[in-house]
Amino acid sequence: MLIQFVLNGKPVAVDVAAYDLLADVVREKLGLTGTHIGCDTSQCGACVVHIDGRSVKSCSTLAVTLEGAKVTTIEGLASPSGQLHPMQQAFHEQHGLQCGFCTPGMVMSAVDFASRNPNPTPAEAAAGIEGNFCRCTGYQNIVKSVIAGAAAMRVVK
Amino acid sequence: MNHPAGIEGAVTNPTGIGASMRRKEDMRFLMGRGNYVADIKLPDMTAGVFVRSPHAHARIVSIDKKAALAMPGVVDVLTGEDLKTDGVGGLPCAWPVVGKGGAPTKEPAHPAIAQGKVRYVGDAVAFVIAESLAQARNAAEAVVVEYDVLPAVVGVLDAIKPGAVAVFDDIPDNVCVDWELGDKHATEAAFKKAAHIARISLVNNRLVGNPMEPRAAIGAFDRSRGQHTLYTTSQFPHIVKLLMGNFVLNIPQHKLRVVSPDVGGGFGVKQFHYAEEAVVTWAAKRLGRPVKWVCDRSEGFISDAHGRDHVTEAEMALDENGKFLALKVSTIANMGGYLSTFGPNIPTNLYGPLLAGVYTTPAIYCEVKAVFTNTVPVDAYRGAGRPEATFVLERLVDVAASELGIDKAEIRRRNMIPSNAYPYQTPVMMEYDSGDPGGCLTKALANADWNGFPARKAASAAKGKLRGIGLCTYVEACGLAPSRIAIRLGVRGGLFESAAVRVHPTGQVTVLMGSHNHGQGHETTFAQIVSERLSIPAENIEIVFGDTDKVQFGLGTYGSRSLAVGGSALWKATDKVIAKGKKIAAHMLEAADTDIEFADGMFSVAGTDRAKSFAEVALSAHFPVDYPLEILEPGLEEQAFYDPVNFTFPCGAHIAEVEIDPETGVVELLSYVCVDDIGTVINPMIVDGQITGGVVQGVGQALYEDCVYDPESGQLLSGSFMDYCMPRADHVPKVSVETHITKCTHNPLGSKGCGELGTIGSPATVINAVVDALSHLGVNHIDMPASPHRVWRVINEAGGAARVAQ
Repeated sequence: MLIQFVLNGKPVAVDVAAYDLLADVVREKLGLTGTHIGCDTSQCGACVVHIDGRSVKSCSTLAVTLEGAKVTTIEGLASPSGQLHPMQQAFHEQHGLQCGFCTPGMVMSAVDFASRNPNPTPAEAAAGIEGNFCRCTGYQNIVKSVIAGAAAMRVVK
Repeated sequence: MNHPAGIEGAVTNPTGIGASMRRKEDMRFLMGRGNYVADIKLPDMTAGVFVRSPHAHARIVSIDKKAALAMPGVVDVLTGEDLKTDGVGGLPCAWPVVGKGGAPTKEPAHPAIAQGKVRYVGDAVAFVIAESLAQARNAAEAVVVEYDVLPAVVGVLDAIKPGAVAVFDDIPDNVCVDWELGDKHATEAAFKKAAHIARISLVNNRLVGNPMEPRAAIGAFDRSRGQHTLYTTSQFPHIVKLLMGNFVLNIPQHKLRVVSPDVGGGFGVKQFHYAEEAVVTWAAKRLGRPVKWVCDRSEGFISDAHGRDHVTEAEMALDENGKFLALKVSTIANMGGYLSTFGPNIPTNLYGPLLAGVYTTPAIYCEVKAVFTNTVPVDAYRGAGRPEATFVLERLVDVAASELGIDKAEIRRRNMIPSNAYPYQTPVMMEYDSGDPGGCLTKALANADWNGFPARKAASAAKGKLRGIGLCTYVEACGLAPSRIAIRLGVRGGLFESAAVRVHPTGQVTVLMGSHNHGQGHETTFAQIVSERLSIPAENIEIVFGDTDKVQFGLGTYGSRSLAVGGSALWKATDKVIAKGKKIAAHMLEAADTDIEFADGMFSVAGTDRAKSFAEVALSAHFPVDYPLEILEPGLEEQAFYDPVNFTFPCGAHIAEVEIDPETGVVELLSYVCVDDIGTVINPMIVDGQITGGVVQGVGQALYEDCVYDPESGQLLSGSFMDYCMPRADHVPKVSVETHITKCTHNPLGSKGCGELGTIGSPATVINAVVDALSHLGVNHIDMPASPHRVWRVINEAGGAARVAQ
């Protein structure tokens, strides 16, 4: 069936099957491969996107539920001119990524978390990304990134 | 630029050696523009799904493809019989070892799709190809496989029992190789003189590596050129090209291109030649269409090579002063249902020679039986053999210290190789070129406030918590590897590394590396080396890797080798660029090339102000108008291959503190301190990230992760992220990283490597802390993972929470 929603600020119409998951639709049908699939049990968080501003695991979201929604993927986070979102910039500055595979989901989770917790402690930041696995960094620099990114988001606001 | 606390770096060039410059490769990952294998779409591409055995051990009676072939969109269904018909070979083992009495490693056939028998849950039995992934998945359900289910053997102790189920009919005792190292007689003699013998029996728990990017492979074939292309999630595309082309599919090397683009973590799991790579490449030629396979996580749990899985008995002989006289280690190591690429090498050559640790133990004897079982093949996982050796040794040292009443730092100091004794020849093969483990220990004890521990323990006790402190000093053999030594130890190939430096006419540089970057920050670190050597900013340097059509032969990334071996090749290549640049400059400046100096990006005549810039020399090399063409080739591109003369030997001291809740058995890791000697540091920020990440992976083994098979059925019980507990952000403490540098004496960089030391040091460190917290209960060992259940049980078996009061 044809569904229409707003993806990264632009209206899209896409034909989906009843069983199609959002992660597969953005990757395979809409060509945005920044959203990653790292597991098949909704445990890893590599596929996190925003639906109407809240972080969601797109691997467990049926695409048909998106009619009229606003979806943001990692590709939609930086400004159209390429200016990084403060959270992306914080991950760069704090060395919050290594292989980069968990990074899109991690950043999307962090942005949503920081929008609700603008001044987190390290323990709060760690709890905020508890739904996202990273196998490379040991999380320490990711927690630093979330805190720095939240601070930068406060300034931008 | 800022350095993480504790890592020194003398920075003169902001993108040179020692600078914590931010990573060049970050942008594409942060913007969702990485290019992983699963992201690749080729025209006319099909999707493939493997049908995998649900049984650990069974004879394949029949495979009926008919129903599957009739399903919508299905292109073909391939089985092991089709492989046979097409003359496809088995997967080779690249590093067999020599057993006792010269006995060779047993290398049973390893077909890419099972033939006749399946030998583990997950063994592939058919490959279904369809127009879409959904169609292939549906059709895979329709492949009817009739099995004659056989009894299975899972654990290594069961596998060596008389009358055990044989994984291979012609290997009735399941022993792949029975290997030994060291002087047995000298060791026995030392044990006879011992004042004290410390003993330990332990298990090194089986692990699943789980890089966050699941494996994936795409095969493609261009009939017009007879050219094969394989896109794969590999740490070493050139080796896959060699092994698959030469031994499996019989494709001449010039007709095979292997591309490993962005790879989302490896940890060893992606350094083997896997069956799926051969199957998609073979299927693509049969169909004349690209074939893509992307592993599910659940499928990864039963098809990625696993790690560790040892059962060990070890004894240490000591004199009355706590000096180590001898060490005896007997290990049984799991190989799984077939040999993976490096399987037999891991629990032997990468294990036994590390048992000397940083100590002067004069006599060591180690024997290892590698055995087949009905489980996924076992191979290297971050650290690979060295964490297992360190765990045995450092647990045993703690047991000895407790039994003799010697402080755990003191017993290590008494037995440590003094810094002035390097180079140091151990009794188990290795000659350590440099190191100062005592210096690392001193710093670590200070950073962890070792002496203040009793007060912290008392404070925890006041809250009803059990606090423990654990120490580990370790050495690792990295920089794999000197080919001459490795070939003697059985490897079927060389282990050098390569680099090419291509200077463009305008002075910018493209570097082609034989190593592979999958998170280690190579695009930054290698650019820093070139920036330092040629005095050009890192933004003018591009690092290329991962494509066998672009990059000269290379051996890839594993064993903490990329910097020590690949970086040294790069150093040599820049030497050659500078040497040729001097000749060009000499002509331009009308001087003898022996009078030309190169510094700060300028070629100058010594003692004068006459000079040409690097860019001017590069331009002259490409537009040779006024150029000595009769004696010098134009162009400025140099290549180097570097084969090290020895391994490198990072070493260090790690200290952890834990607090245990005796009511629940939950272990909280409070602090973790590392002081490591890794030789020259190129980018302190990246080093800090590598060490911290490695430590947390090792903490995963110590406290959380366990790959569990049902011992009867051979079913994998921990086959998803819901059952296999990997560390999450709220599991880990702050890791304090500091370096204490002695330089590697035999490579031009002086670097030793840092990728694996975290997983090597941390399991022993954390378990030593857990045992320390429980020692008042008479506990002298606990197996990994020290999960709440296991710890709670140990406490209760020792008399219950009531005995907590101290």
